[in-house]
This record gives sequence, C-alpha cells and structure tokens, in this order.
Amino acid sequence: MNFDTILSINKLVAGYGETEILHKISISVNKNEIVSIIGPNGAGKSTILKAILGTLNIKSGEIFLKKTKINGVKPSDVVKKGVGYVPQTDNVFVSLSVHENLEMGAWTIENNLNDKFEELYNLFPDLKDKKKQLAGQLSGGQRQMLAMAKALILDAKVLLLDEPTAGLSPKYRLEIFDTIQRINKSGLPILMVEQNAKQALQISHRGYVLVDGSNRYTGTGAELSSDPEVARMFLGSRG
Amino acid sequence: MWESFWFEFINFYFIPGLVLGCIYALGAIGITLTFGILRFANFAHGEIMMTSSYLTWEFVLVASSFGLILHPIIGAIPASICSIFLALIVDRFFYKPFRNSPTIMIVIASFGMMLIIRSLVQVIWGPNQITFVKGIAKPNQFIKDFTSNFDMMILIPNKHISILLGTIIIMLVFNYLLSSTKIGKGMRAVSDNPNLAEVSGINVENIVKATWVVGGFCAAAAGVFLALDTQFIESTMGFRMLLPMFAAAILGGIGRPFGAVAGGLIIGLAEELSAYPWLGNGPVISPGYKSGVAFSIMVLMLIFRPSGLFRGKVF
Repeated sequence: MNFDTILSINKLVAGYGETEILHKISISVNKNEIVSIIGPNGAGKSTILKAILGTLNIKSGEIFLKKTKINGVKPSDVVKKGVGYVPQTDNVFVSLSVHENLEMGAWTIENNLNDKFEELYNLFPDLKDKKKQLAGQLSGGQRQMLAMAKALILDAKVLLLDEPTAGLSPKYRLEIFDTIQRINKSGLPILMVEQNAKQALQISHRGYVLVDGSNRYTGTGAELSSDPEVARMFLGSRG
Repeated sequence: MWESFWFEFINFYFIPGLVLGCIYALGAIGITLTFGILRFANFAHGEIMMTSSYLTWEFVLVASSFGLILHPIIGAIPASICSIFLALIVDRFFYKPFRNSPTIMIVIASFGMMLIIRSLVQVIWGPNQITFVKGIAKPNQFIKDFTSNFDMMILIPNKHISILLGTIIIMLVFNYLLSSTKIGKGMRAVSDNPNLAEVSGINVENIVKATWVVGGFCAAAAGVFLALDTQFIESTMGFRMLLPMFAAAILGGIGRPFGAVAGGLIIGLAEELSAYPWLGNGPVISPGYKSGVAFSIMVLMLIFRPSGLFRGKVF
C-alpha cells in the first residue's frame, strides 16, 4: 500500500444477499485526490460505497482506511473512524432543521462544535440564512450542500459522494462540482460516484470505469476523458 | 343561554372528550414512535398501559398495608419505572431477534406478547374488574365557585384536573426532550430516516432503547390516567384502547409524535362529541358506537390522506 493511500479496496467481492455485484474490484484514493467512479447503470458504482460503509455483505477482499481494515465494521463505527458519506437520495433528515441536521452529523462528538458549524456555514453560505428552516423545504441543490456539510462535520479522512449532482439543474450541478473542488483543496480526499461522467472526470485527479461490477479502465481524469473508447461508451451522451 | 347549551356541552361532552383525548394522546405517542422508528405496529402497547395501572394499584395497596396512603399518581412513579423495564425486556428478548426479518413476523410477535402479558396479569391479579379508586368523583368546588362568578358553572372533578395537568406536564417535558436534547433529536432523525441515521454515526440501537423508555413511560401514564378516569382496572382495558390509539397515531401521521398528540385529542373529542344531541334530543350516534368514530376516522384517513395531518410516513 502506498504511504499516501487513504482508502484502499483490494479485490473486493460483494453483493446483496447471495447476488454478487462486485467482482474483485480494486480502487484506491490517495491523499488530496478526487477520484471518480463512472460507468453505466447497474455497474455496481453505488454498491462500492455501500460496501465501504459496511451496509452489505462482503464475500472476500479487503477495505483499508489508512492502515485500518474496515471490513465487517458497523456503519456507525466506519463513520466514527473517519469515512464521511453522502447518499444519492434521502441524504438529509427532512423533518429536522438545517442546524439540527448538522448536529446529527456530529452525533459522535461531545465537544462544543460552534466553531465548526460557523466554518461550515462559511463554506456553504446558502445554508447560513436557513439554519432554522426544515431540511425538507430546501431545494435539491441546497439539500445536497447540507448533506455534504453534515458529512464534513466529523473531520472525515475521506469523503464518499454518491451521485452528488443527480437530478440537479445545470446551475446547481456546476455549483456542486465547484464546492467539491473547494472541499478537496482544504485537504480532504474524495471518492465520488457520478453519472455526469464528463464533468466528474474534468475535476478528478483519477478515475475508474466500472462495467458489470468489474474494473474496466483506470487512469487520470484527463487520460480517461481523452480515451476514445471511454469517450464513445460513457461520455458521449452524458455530461 | 349558558344553562341551556354550554353547561351540558362543556361539562358532559367537551371536558370528558378532552380527558379521553389526553389518554389517547399519551398512548399514541408510544405507538407512533415505535411505528416510526422500528417500523411495526406494536399490538402489545395497550398491555403495557394496562400492566402499569395494575402495578400502580399494587404499589398503592402495599403502601396502605404499611399505613401509608399514596395518591395513585405517586404510586404510578415506581409503576412507570417497572413498565419501562417491561418494554425494554420485551424488545430485547422478543422483538430484537426479528429486527431484520419481514415486518409481519415482528407484528405477530407483538400480538403474541399482547396475549402473554394479558394472561400473566390475569394469573397474578385475576380476570375480574378491580376498583382502582373508590367513591364518587365530585366536581372541584373552587373551579365551580370561581366560574360561577362569570355566569358559568364548570363541573370538573379532581381526577380530570390531575389527568389534564399531568398530560400538559408530560407534553412539555416531551416537547423539550424532542426539540432540545441530543437523544430527542436523534429519535426524530431515526424516525425520519433510519438508514441515513446509521451512516451519520448515530447509534440506532441506543435510540431504540430511548424510544422504549419514552413510549413505556407515556403508556404507563396513559394507563394510570385511564384507571383514574374510569376508577376501575381490568385486563382488557389496554386492548380496548388500542384501536383509538392507532387511529390517533394515523390521524397525526405515523412517526410524528406531536401529530399523535393532536390526533389523540381529536379522536377523544370526536368520540365524545359524536354522542351530543346535535340534531334534536337524542345523541347523533349512540354512545355504544363511540369506538366506531375512531375506526371511521382511521379508515377515512388511510383512504384519503394516509400520511396523516402532520405528513407522517406511509407504509
């Protein structure tokens, strides 16, 4: 394992119940990187994130967070160990206020977090004026920002984003990608599953193309974007 | 004018309706929390209510054998602690093993628990009615005299004042718990989205325990208040309350504790007011069919607005 590797998945075989979705997948995320996983629907992209979180059966393979093996660890403990996760949908508590959502993100921390909350409100200024508003009343883009802010509270070692721009307008899509880059520049590595492959690869240091639950192509964001085969199969009509 | 309409309406329909609504509201809180957080209808909830009233009676009786006269509400304190433990034990040994099984299995388990708890109570205290509080409940003299000064005459017995005040205090504490404490916000979060709660680092199992503590306490309060109101206890009293409590939870919106409170008050008032002679001399609905009102409201809500008044979950 590389000294700078924050998250590493080695030959992972996993799925739902008896159904195997991921076949010997290997992925790594290094310090300060944005890594994208792209591929067609049903390729197993989101399943990888669920496997890291510990919410599905892992049959074989290993997942390391830095040097700690996190296979078989409860989701709440995986989060405690430093994995921030933003699900694709239902990623905020709709009946709680914006501020209460942030408090729930900080569940495992006992210290006073007022400074941290302020820092996040500065990072996501749209949320600052809506502290007391119910999260269910936010727009899609604002919800996505709240979900990211919630995941950032714990000073995560790596942030997992599951299709952060799904269903958003082009304006919010750009804003979210911009925010992802800003978060990454603060030193947080990001592993992102994205359907808007072209835009995702543009901001990614590296990318993985998954097909039918297996690694198909790997390279830097620029290499994958310029690969004619990848462009034809996955970037043509999307992004 | 007061004597001809308001006297009868307020004293014999509205206040009893409000009292019944408070009892339903307290019971429905536990049902809606369990439904919202654990995703199943707990049929044994009424039996926790019933058991707490028997335990209260027993504590009062034991105290009196030592020459100590306890008000049932004081006796309800140790009884509610026992009820909370009962709820936690039932969850640990009978519900937890079914947590990841199909919902129908845990529902059937709760039905079984209902029968087990009721049978145990019948074995311990017998199947017959027991007088919980003796004597006739007279109206509070102070309120009667005070309201007479304003050309009214409110006849409210002390037992109803205890129930109304007790419910208000419990609601205020409950409101503080849910809106201002970490555990309360966690309960709302888990009720909202258990999967998200888990991946947010919330210890869902601890929240489940807290839910049983709150639900068990509210059920105990509801059981004791019901016994105070009717002045007797019997082993089927919890089961009889189950339908209107479910109706209250559904009316308010599943998983919405404040909705359950509103639902309970509405159902209680609707049941009592349905017997008022709105059209002529006889009651609109015979008092014998009062429980049909709760059932009708529940069915209508499930058909036309399954998410309830406070936009709860739809299963």
